[in-house]
Amino acid sequence: MEVSERDPATGRETTGHEWNGIKELDTPVPRGVLMFLIVTHIWALAWWFLVPAWPLGTTYTKGLLGVDQQTTVEARVIEGQRERAAWTARLESEPYDAIMADEALMQTVRHTGRQLFGDNCAACHGRDGKGGANYPDLTDDDWLWGGGPQLIEQTMRVGINTVHPESRVGQMPAFGRDDMLDRNQVRDVAAYVYSLTNPDTSTPQNLDRINAGKEVFVTTCAACHGENAQGNREVGAPNLTDAYWVYGGSMDTIIASIHGGRQGHMPTWDERLTTAEIRTLALFVHDLGTRQP
Amino acid sequence: MISNLTSSERQYALLIAVAVALAGLAMAALGRSDTLGVHGVIVMLFAGVVIYLIMSSLYGPEPTEDRAVSYYDDPIKVGIVLSMAWAVFGMFMGVWVAAQLAWPDLAFDAAWSSFGRLRPTHTSGVIFGFGGNALIATSFHVVQRTSRARLAGQISPWFVLLGFNLFCVLAISGYLLGTTQSKEYAEAEWYADLWLVIVWVTYFILYIATIARRKEPHIYVANWYFMAFILVVAILHIVNNLALPVSWGHAKSYTIWPGVQDAMVQWWYGHNAVAFFLTAGFLGMLYYYLPVRAQRPIFSYRLSILSFWGITFFYMWAGSHHLHYTALPHWVQTLGMTFSVMLLVPSWASAGNALLTLNGAWHRVRDDATLRFMMAAVVFYGLSTFEGSFMAIRPVNSLSHYTDWTVGHVHAGALGWVALITFGSVYTLVPALWKRERMYSAALVEVHFWLAIAGTLIYVFAMWNSGIIQGLMWRTYTEEGALAYSFVDSLVAMYPYYIARAFGGLLFLLGAVVGCYNIWMTVRSAPLAVRETDAPVVPAAVPGE
Repeated sequence: MEVSERDPATGRETTGHEWNGIKELDTPVPRGVLMFLIVTHIWALAWWFLVPAWPLGTTYTKGLLGVDQQTTVEARVIEGQRERAAWTARLESEPYDAIMADEALMQTVRHTGRQLFGDNCAACHGRDGKGGANYPDLTDDDWLWGGGPQLIEQTMRVGINTVHPESRVGQMPAFGRDDMLDRNQVRDVAAYVYSLTNPDTSTPQNLDRINAGKEVFVTTCAACHGENAQGNREVGAPNLTDAYWVYGGSMDTIIASIHGGRQGHMPTWDERLTTAEIRTLALFVHDLGTRQP
Repeated sequence: MISNLTSSERQYALLIAVAVALAGLAMAALGRSDTLGVHGVIVMLFAGVVIYLIMSSLYGPEPTEDRAVSYYDDPIKVGIVLSMAWAVFGMFMGVWVAAQLAWPDLAFDAAWSSFGRLRPTHTSGVIFGFGGNALIATSFHVVQRTSRARLAGQISPWFVLLGFNLFCVLAISGYLLGTTQSKEYAEAEWYADLWLVIVWVTYFILYIATIARRKEPHIYVANWYFMAFILVVAILHIVNNLALPVSWGHAKSYTIWPGVQDAMVQWWYGHNAVAFFLTAGFLGMLYYYLPVRAQRPIFSYRLSILSFWGITFFYMWAGSHHLHYTALPHWVQTLGMTFSVMLLVPSWASAGNALLTLNGAWHRVRDDATLRFMMAAVVFYGLSTFEGSFMAIRPVNSLSHYTDWTVGHVHAGALGWVALITFGSVYTLVPALWKRERMYSAALVEVHFWLAIAGTLIYVFAMWNSGIIQGLMWRTYTEEGALAYSFVDSLVAMYPYYIARAFGGLLFLLGAVVGCYNIWMTVRSAPLAVRETDAPVVPAAVPGE
């Protein structure tokens, strides 16, 4: 049965096996393949001698180089911290004014702050810090809890409406849903708030509604937003007379805000970032927008 | 199909289907407040269809032909059809999830269509649905031809094929319902896993029994690979899926492996799923259909031996290279890395053996897109095994790990190697099975070839670029020693590549659709061939051409 034959294309003998027409040549393993095989084995052997490789019961061969990934990474972390220490130490301890006066240090803040902002803040506030629907724009000169690095740092540390003991607490009640105001009152006060930034809506036809809304505003809203609706940073109540809106300034969104209330949330970063990182970000954010005293 | 079973076999098959339906009923009853109940209903429906098919010809006439003198091809035909159907489903899911990465709104705000649920439907759909069915079908074909013996069972091939597809259905419907073990490529829950054990052990016994019947003195190389594939996948599947269900009425289970051992077992499984499912099995395909199509003897029997034992031995150790720089001890990582590199030469030996087999047949490679599919598959196999060993080297891995480079590497293997060798084999197999002269349209095979090649190249180049850019961005420091880029910066940089990747995948999907049409038309209208005897024992002719 096993009769080898010569393959005309290669001149090789076949093994004499045949399966369903398939035959095999008896070509020896090319020398190059064996050499390459040996090279990979020598390479492997070298690694086994140099680094941790084989288990020995409860321990393992440590390798001649004496390296281990745990100690390597620890050393690298320390080295990295030492490289950064020159400026992180200053950011941790120096007053903001001094840092801002040092243009070179501010350049570092802009470099590192950009990455920190991207990894920690951009998910809500956008990569450019311009916010979006429901998330405040950090590049304008309107601040809910106050601008300036000191106040921004505080907001970052404690967060807004968080479990942090010193959390900033700012909650706008659901005036409509919780029946504090009836439907008409909600519409009236919305018309008034809307008219603050859209004076052209104060037409004679709307005047009654706007005036009625103003009365409701004074008794219900002014406690937080102030008599003249310019907001109060103590409680994070936004200024309603400027062009900046967190949740949107259309009539519909204003009605929705009054009806359902607003309880914005910002996490506390106290435990998640280092002091240097928080202060870098505070400066970075401050630097993003119009500088506020 | 059922008419080829004797009436006692039909009754026996009916009994099995009823038992499966009862198991489904039990699942539905015990798990009525859980996704397990939904799966019970699916099992009942699946078994119900099988029961209906058997019942409708339960009292039909006995088979007339003498089954011992012919090969058992019915399950193979169904397997090929199922494989192509899964290919279109799985690749469509792939294009969808790829598009979601570029345009997240394509999740349409629903839970079932979120990325996390769709992604495993893609991976399981193509690996198990497309690849698994193709492996089962071609292994049944190859083992019969190269042993010149009929499959050693009448019902068991159907049980293996349909049972495996039931597993696929349970796995994929489970992902959409949010049922998952959270183990990559082993997401299916405990009951589906138990079912697969039964199916797979049957597969193994059937395969060994068929080999035992062989009329050839030697076992052909393709069968070594298929046996390694079946045996090792059984071991991997059982060990990695050892888990305790919360209760008999819940789909949820918890793995018995704790912490880093779980990670190690998972990637021992994961890497060897690549090795024995996606490599050994498809090398079995390659070793049969490539020489048949090229009409050339295998270049070197000795090289076959070297690469087979090299691959089976070294792959087993390589899994830990998936866990470089993690909580896994350093020494385990070193072993994974070194064995991955030692694996390279045996892997390349099989690629080289296949390419050198084509010596004397290169004119066929030029003229015949089917053979060219297989040639290209071998080239991608060589490329991705080199890339795999390279990426397993720890310092290289520190750049490539967690980036799209890994995704590109996997798809160089999955699209370039696994899918191309499958299409080449299917185009060889379909005319042989349905006794046609040739495929319906050689031009459409050509179209499919170029769509597949273009899709693969676009995909892989996009992911190489994207992955290396990602990896470099993550490790770039400013002169102050701080990170230069945030993670989201790297995502923005990925955006064009994600679009290119989805486009490449779309081309590949289109190719598969063209292939389905071509196969359908071949079965329907290609001219019948007068084939030389293709039967057990009697020396058979070369199928193909």
